[in-house]
Amino acid sequence: MTDSKYFTTTKKGEIFELKSELNSEKKEKKREAVKKVIASMTVGKDVSALFPDVVNCMQTDNLELKKLVYLYLMNYAKSQPDMAIMAVNTFVKDCEDPNPLIRALAVRTMGCIRVDKITEYLCEPLRKCLKDEDPYVRKTAAVCVAKLHDINASLVEDQGFLDQLKELLSDSNPMVVANAVAALSEINEASSSGVPLVEMNTQTINKLLTALNECTEWGQVFILDSISNYSPKDEREAQSICERITPRLAHANAAVVLSAVKVLMKLMEMMAPDADFVVNLSKKLAPPLVTLLSSEPEVQYVALRNINLIVQKRPDILKNEMKVFFVKYNDPIYVKLEKLDIMIRLANQSNIAQVLSELKEYATEVDVDFVRKAVRAIGRCAIKVEPSAERCVSTLLDLIQTKVNYVVQEAIVVIKDIFRKYPNRYESIISTLCENLDTLDEPEARGSMIWIIGEYAERIDNADELLESFLEGFQDESTQVQLQLLTAIVKLFLKRPADTQELVQQVLTLATQDSDNPDLRDRGFIYWRLLSTDPAAAREVVLADKPLISEETDLLEPSLLDELVCHIASLASVYHKPPSAFVEGRGLGSSRRALPTRSGSQDILESSPSHGERSGVIPTQESLIGDLLTMDLGGPPVPSSVPAAPFASSGLDLLSGGLDGLLSDSPSVPPPQAAPAPSVGLLGDIFGLAPSASTSYVAPKQMWLPAARGKGLEITGTFSRRNGQIQMEMTMTNRAMQPMMQFAVQLNKNSFGLVPAAPLHVVSPLAPNQSYEAVLPLNPTGPVQRMEPLTNLQVAIKNNIDVFYFAVVMPMNIFFAEDGQMDKRVFLSTWKDIPAANEVQYTINNVNMSADAVSSKMQQNNVFTIAKRNVEGQDMLYQSLKLVNGIWILSELKMQPGNPTLILAVKTRAPDVSAGVNTAFDAILHS
Amino acid sequence: MIGGLFIYNHKGEVLISRVYRDDIGRNAVDAFRVNVIHARQQVRSPVTNIARTSFFHVKRANIWVAAVTKQNVNASMVFEFLLKVTDCMQSYFGKVSEENIKNNFVLIYELLDEILDFGYPQNTDTGVLKTFITQQGIRTQTKEEQAQITSQVTGQIGWRREGIKYRRNELFLDVLEYVNLLMSPQGQVLSAHVAGKVVMKSYLSGMPECKFGINDKIIMEAKGKPSFHQCVKLSKFETEHSISFIPPDGEFELMRYRTTKDISLPFRVIPLVREVGRTKMEVKVVVKSNFKPSLLAQKIEIRIPTPLNTSGVQLLCMKGKAKYKASENAIVWKIKRMGGMKESQLSAEIELLQTDTKKKWTRPPISMNFEVPFAPSGFKVRYLKVFEPKLNYSDHDVIKWVRYIGRSGLYETRC
Repeated sequence: MTDSKYFTTTKKGEIFELKSELNSEKKEKKREAVKKVIASMTVGKDVSALFPDVVNCMQTDNLELKKLVYLYLMNYAKSQPDMAIMAVNTFVKDCEDPNPLIRALAVRTMGCIRVDKITEYLCEPLRKCLKDEDPYVRKTAAVCVAKLHDINASLVEDQGFLDQLKELLSDSNPMVVANAVAALSEINEASSSGVPLVEMNTQTINKLLTALNECTEWGQVFILDSISNYSPKDEREAQSICERITPRLAHANAAVVLSAVKVLMKLMEMMAPDADFVVNLSKKLAPPLVTLLSSEPEVQYVALRNINLIVQKRPDILKNEMKVFFVKYNDPIYVKLEKLDIMIRLANQSNIAQVLSELKEYATEVDVDFVRKAVRAIGRCAIKVEPSAERCVSTLLDLIQTKVNYVVQEAIVVIKDIFRKYPNRYESIISTLCENLDTLDEPEARGSMIWIIGEYAERIDNADELLESFLEGFQDESTQVQLQLLTAIVKLFLKRPADTQELVQQVLTLATQDSDNPDLRDRGFIYWRLLSTDPAAAREVVLADKPLISEETDLLEPSLLDELVCHIASLASVYHKPPSAFVEGRGLGSSRRALPTRSGSQDILESSPSHGERSGVIPTQESLIGDLLTMDLGGPPVPSSVPAAPFASSGLDLLSGGLDGLLSDSPSVPPPQAAPAPSVGLLGDIFGLAPSASTSYVAPKQMWLPAARGKGLEITGTFSRRNGQIQMEMTMTNRAMQPMMQFAVQLNKNSFGLVPAAPLHVVSPLAPNQSYEAVLPLNPTGPVQRMEPLTNLQVAIKNNIDVFYFAVVMPMNIFFAEDGQMDKRVFLSTWKDIPAANEVQYTINNVNMSADAVSSKMQQNNVFTIAKRNVEGQDMLYQSLKLVNGIWILSELKMQPGNPTLILAVKTRAPDVSAGVNTAFDAILHS
Repeated sequence: MIGGLFIYNHKGEVLISRVYRDDIGRNAVDAFRVNVIHARQQVRSPVTNIARTSFFHVKRANIWVAAVTKQNVNASMVFEFLLKVTDCMQSYFGKVSEENIKNNFVLIYELLDEILDFGYPQNTDTGVLKTFITQQGIRTQTKEEQAQITSQVTGQIGWRREGIKYRRNELFLDVLEYVNLLMSPQGQVLSAHVAGKVVMKSYLSGMPECKFGINDKIIMEAKGKPSFHQCVKLSKFETEHSISFIPPDGEFELMRYRTTKDISLPFRVIPLVREVGRTKMEVKVVVKSNFKPSLLAQKIEIRIPTPLNTSGVQLLCMKGKAKYKASENAIVWKIKRMGGMKESQLSAEIELLQTDTKKKWTRPPISMNFEVPFAPSGFKVRYLKVFEPKLNYSDHDVIKWVRYIGRSGLYETRC
């Protein structure tokens, strides 16, 4: 007998017919009818009208029929809640059935019926089933708690099911333990408060590790995944967990292997990277990862996406396994593309020859995306492994000879990068490139080719003709190409002014008059202006040296990588996105994971009073720049909470008036709104001109923004603390040919919450070659965000020309508060209180001062000597200081008369700051 | 966890649909059909995200099996599970085809109810499932039988039931190896590895403890680190390098391994391709067998790709039969048997149509299939000892059979 016939009934009146069959006396007929109903349900027909008739079939001793009816119930109960109640009695009765399979079936199904009234009746049977004598019933009941929590979380908590679930973690049956841990993990993650409802401890982890050896493959996955959320209390515990998990790497199920890899990768973070244990473990990780590549392609894909993360986090693990990532002819395309990615990451000098010959082979395959990626990979090899550059270039040239359109275009794009990485080395191939000009139809390739022509215009005899040919269809080109073309022609003009004047005129007209793209128009105007006022300056700007390009362009940004490592094996690791990017809502705040850190590197922000954000989430350079870019420079740059000093709102209209001044031939006309904010300016002047007013240590000024990067604006600067006020002291010099005005400053969020206490005042306009000493008072009252290193500060300065970003390192001593003197007794008890692990020792060399001189010098910098002792001919100074964010730092300075080397011991609850304190001490003592 | 599981035919019609979680609605069924099955482009990933819902799929023959979720699930687990689902169906009713699925849909629903609870995979071992999901309708089990079933499903030895009895205790071991090769036209090995597995068929009474011994090569070589069936005590392997287990009843895959060292490649293919003008090509292929002359290789097939614009082929071969198959764009050369240390040759003249396509023919590699009666990796079974303390049969009474088979995996030579 076959069941497929049930799929075919599509007559009208079907429902009616089914109804009568369902109510038939004959058991066989009833069963047939229910099957038909399920078949209709599967294909999406609405058979909810049959609800009462189907439920009537529930009372049966035929297990198969019962399961079908339950299936129907799960589907339709929600749409017919009142009638679903009819089923409750049977459920409750079934939960008492002598057959454990039926008891489990009843409790399993009941949990899937999401109707409030039924849920009420579920509690008692569930409570019983959690204590059932049969493990099959218990393991089913464990999952049912998670189901119930999904329907009604508070009910689960009120009824004490969580405790019962926790007890199941000690069950004698491994499968019960596994299901219980799965349910608990889910409940924890869904917890609305973000605080896990059930904390794991050493004891439970031990139980789980015991069950791990005995349960089903899936159970092992549940257990491993939940262990991965646990943070061992110390390195020793982490090691013992690793040891007990390592055998799982030999399991045939890829999920068990990857989940074990996740736990190991996470726990390895807690150990010193060069410890024997870590080295050995790394060796053990490679074989199982390689073995995953002989599984089914879908599993391979997941494995490869994860391996991509692993080679970025710990490149050593797979460094000798290049060959296993070679692409096979009939790998599915998604496997091929991933393998290619990993090959490039693993490429190094020793294997590059093999890699290249493979890549060349791939470049002749059929799939366009794959071929393009292969060509691009060759270029990346050239940039990454310098000795191979020569071979890569010749391989690319071979590929260009194939004349396959997309291969040629891709090759030209990468050759441009190679030129940038190795200037003046491979320009001999330019002529070959020029032969392919006509075939280029993609913007990126055209843009790259034009860039090459412009950059090497002096070596290409007919550069003007080539560029002119592009110019004919200027309007139809994409913006990218238009911009390149404009720049290239200007470059050409600067190199060969004699015969290209007409061409440059033409392109400038096209860009400024015939285009409605503002970027293009502005760039056109700028070039025009530059060329007409000062060709020498134009040369410096347009033909300036370019920054070198880096080797690895597509690495994941480190904090994201760390987060993804915590999610190995999961969807997040497949998408390379944090779960918040693709999972909706509940309890997400709690699910953001961070790698554990080695002990001793406790987070400074934990002791800082003002912080409200999660620690450990270190923003990336990239996102910070993003922050800076989106800052509204037109708006008040001072947080409104600071009662700012007089604030000339009219003086900060940064957005208008620039271009006009630039274009009219009167650059010296002072902008009408340049009214300095007097009081601040005066203050600044006083402090700026009288650096001797205070004797506290101020580091010499350093170059912050060289003129080349600041488009003519040069900034040197330092930080100081004068009369309790932190200040940024800058010398701003205009090295450009035109006056600068409309200065403003913004600071990015930083570790100490520094924000400007007043707007930046600079004499305006700042004439060419004029310097100005600007002083910017700072308050530590802004938002706090941990930086790496702690004293890093990112600054944006704007003027009428552009916005410039740079990062500076602040000396720690500017944060030493005036009230840093600690009472002797408090000092003593605090010193004892802080764990010895937090003590860090440094040596300071070349100090030729007596202890008293040191003491008084430190005192001027708000480091207060609490006690002085002489032990065996050594002077010991005990000192205290307090940072503006309330962190106390205690120190012991050991010095021997006649010996210029001091030993400094720093003790604080936030050891992250110790290094900065040492640097500050060193600087002060040498000042 | 998994929110729902759907099975479709090649047209995208739903054959099975089981929803486990409330966050997955009926529209998910259609979303997958529209965005993946009916997508114009070739499938670029086995994982697809559509409107914050993730779809995992495996496609076997004409059947799509898809799992759906809205959570950050363990992706490797989902795929392993989907593969288990297809295995499971196969072991119940043979080929996973539309017809078989429709014929067994009630059974499939019953299975899905058992092996996936609220999206969490449960015991998926077919041996165990078959003891209580039977499609026999009502089956009155005694209390003992019921207890036995449940302890097996959840038990520590979930893969074997108690009380198995055979009059003849017998076991079969197949060492099955797939040799993979990628060779350059000049005969340089670009990559080669053996993917091997040991398949065991056991017909043993009681709860026998088995100890399996092999030569050190696989165990010692770091890269070949094997993976094992869940019955193998992994911690014992880690500490003592011994493989001990209580086997499931019947056939199962005991271990899987992989090695790249010291592989003896059974065959070498030497291609010679010459393009004579624009309309003619000459191909010469030599095959050399490289193993003991006393052994015989079987089912040898060499597939030589031809350009798309081939109009005719003249073939000449010393041994076996060769045919040009236009539909497959290849010359297929079959040799039934071939002894060790022999060689054979095929030459072909390929006539080509004039084409104006600029794109060069990309010369796919020549691939080869074969079967040889030895393990190319050098894998050796040293012993397999059986202990069953409770029953009165000893290791000597068990009849043991060991067989080695080496097959071609992807065995390719570029030309």
